[in-house]
Amino acid sequence: MSIEVNGATYETDENGYLVNLEDWNEDIAVKLAEGEEIDLTEEHWSLVRFLRNYYDEYQIAPAVKVLTKAIAAEQGIDKKEASEFLYGLFPKGPALQACKVAGLPKPTGCV
Amino acid sequence: MEGAKDASSREGHHCGGCHSEENGKFLNPTPMLNELESGPWPSFVSGFKELAERTKKPMLRGVLDQLEYSYNTKMGYWKGGLVTVDGYGAGVITRYSMIKDKIPEAAEFHTMRIQPAPGLHYNTAMMRELCDIWEKYGSGIITLHGQTGDIMLQGIEEKYVQQCFDELNEAGWDLGGAGAGMRTAVSCIGPGRCENACYDNLNLHLKALKHFVGVLHRPEWNYKLKFKFSGCPNDCTNAIMRSDLAVIGTWKDAIQIDRDEVTAWVEKKGMDALVNQVINLCPTRAISLKDGEMHIETRDCVRCMHCLNAMPKALSPGKERGISLLMGGKNTLKVGVNMGSLIIPFMKMESDEDVEAFIEQIETIIEWWEDAGLDHERIGETIERVGLKQFIEGAGIEADINMVSRPRDNPYFKAPY
Repeated sequence: MSIEVNGATYETDENGYLVNLEDWNEDIAVKLAEGEEIDLTEEHWSLVRFLRNYYDEYQIAPAVKVLTKAIAAEQGIDKKEASEFLYGLFPKGPALQACKVAGLPKPTGCV
Repeated sequence: MEGAKDASSREGHHCGGCHSEENGKFLNPTPMLNELESGPWPSFVSGFKELAERTKKPMLRGVLDQLEYSYNTKMGYWKGGLVTVDGYGAGVITRYSMIKDKIPEAAEFHTMRIQPAPGLHYNTAMMRELCDIWEKYGSGIITLHGQTGDIMLQGIEEKYVQQCFDELNEAGWDLGGAGAGMRTAVSCIGPGRCENACYDNLNLHLKALKHFVGVLHRPEWNYKLKFKFSGCPNDCTNAIMRSDLAVIGTWKDAIQIDRDEVTAWVEKKGMDALVNQVINLCPTRAISLKDGEMHIETRDCVRCMHCLNAMPKALSPGKERGISLLMGGKNTLKVGVNMGSLIIPFMKMESDEDVEAFIEQIETIIEWWEDAGLDHERIGETIERVGLKQFIEGAGIEADINMVSRPRDNPYFKAPY
């Protein structure tokens, strides 16, 4: 499978995840989010940037608890609220949708 | 070997989409699967065929074809993926076919886990509605209940999952747990239908369910965590073996003895039965005869339940009842099969405050595990890795001699009686 953005074609896997991490740019993120029926707001972008920075540093997508803790700390809310906030942004779950928009590989394990 | 030869010859003309409708039959021939129908036992193949013939759902035919193909080639062809409903991170178990070009009818066969009611007490109206909704959107196959304790609705395509869930949810059902979070809890029939229940496990199940529903739908822990609530040490939910948090009813004082019923039992079954089937089979020899009367030495009793099960009217659990919490039960992977270890020997479980205290304690335990545990490490494995001392300090539990002394001799002591 593949997607087309600004006239260029990018390879994706059968679930629509970007194959090459380096291909990613903000236009592609918008396109990938469209496929998930998500309008990217500043809150989405900040999460996407967090995911990409984390991946750059550790070469792995963060565990969901790392994500919720980071959100909780940043927004000054508790973990339960952070989890609901996260699913508010990406209704089908951070693993499924946030990683896809951020151009990270499909998370493994039974999520 | 016969089957393998069959497979190679059949593979040629199994061209996907070629059905035997020409000869008037809905299903394709499945000689290997048919073998499972011979013999005296009930067979899932018969059920599958009956459902397929009745509903004429191509998906069912496809799954039978794929299974037949699997049996011939000795390979499984299902793979996972990610499918959820809005706002949920868990509850749908995906099954995509790896050979959908060969057998397109079975391209998708996802499972929806549905939470059971505490004690599995349903009313028929709800069950009928569940079945109707499921036959509308899915295959119609239901497993009551899967190993996880859920009602397993097996066989739905991704495009119908959201609609199906919305209708089920409207009817009062909810998805169960999956992934690295709180899982669907299970309880035995409890005080609803059993005289041995030492606490209201149905109530505790419901309260725990309500409290942890967020982490059940949005998994975010190291790994899965399972509750099981057994009303008494008979442990009908097999909590010790199959749950990280085994909540088992127990009592502190002496077994209650109804003298008249003991006499009636002996009159009916004879003194030999009392000696041979009850007294001699007590694993800790806590029972003796004193002046011809049955006497139980409470200090020696390990609450194995044998005598209570043998003499249900004459004997019943003591009056000071509550729960024991055992932790760490799990199946294979990593360190192998574990049974739960006693962590909290006794907690009262009568008032709302007792329930709140219990849930608070579990929250503390989980918080400790979230920080101390590694990715994909069950809580029992974490405790084993860091040591019990570290754990009970972290979870704010006081050390108790009963944590190392055995609470019961053998939870599966079931002698013939």
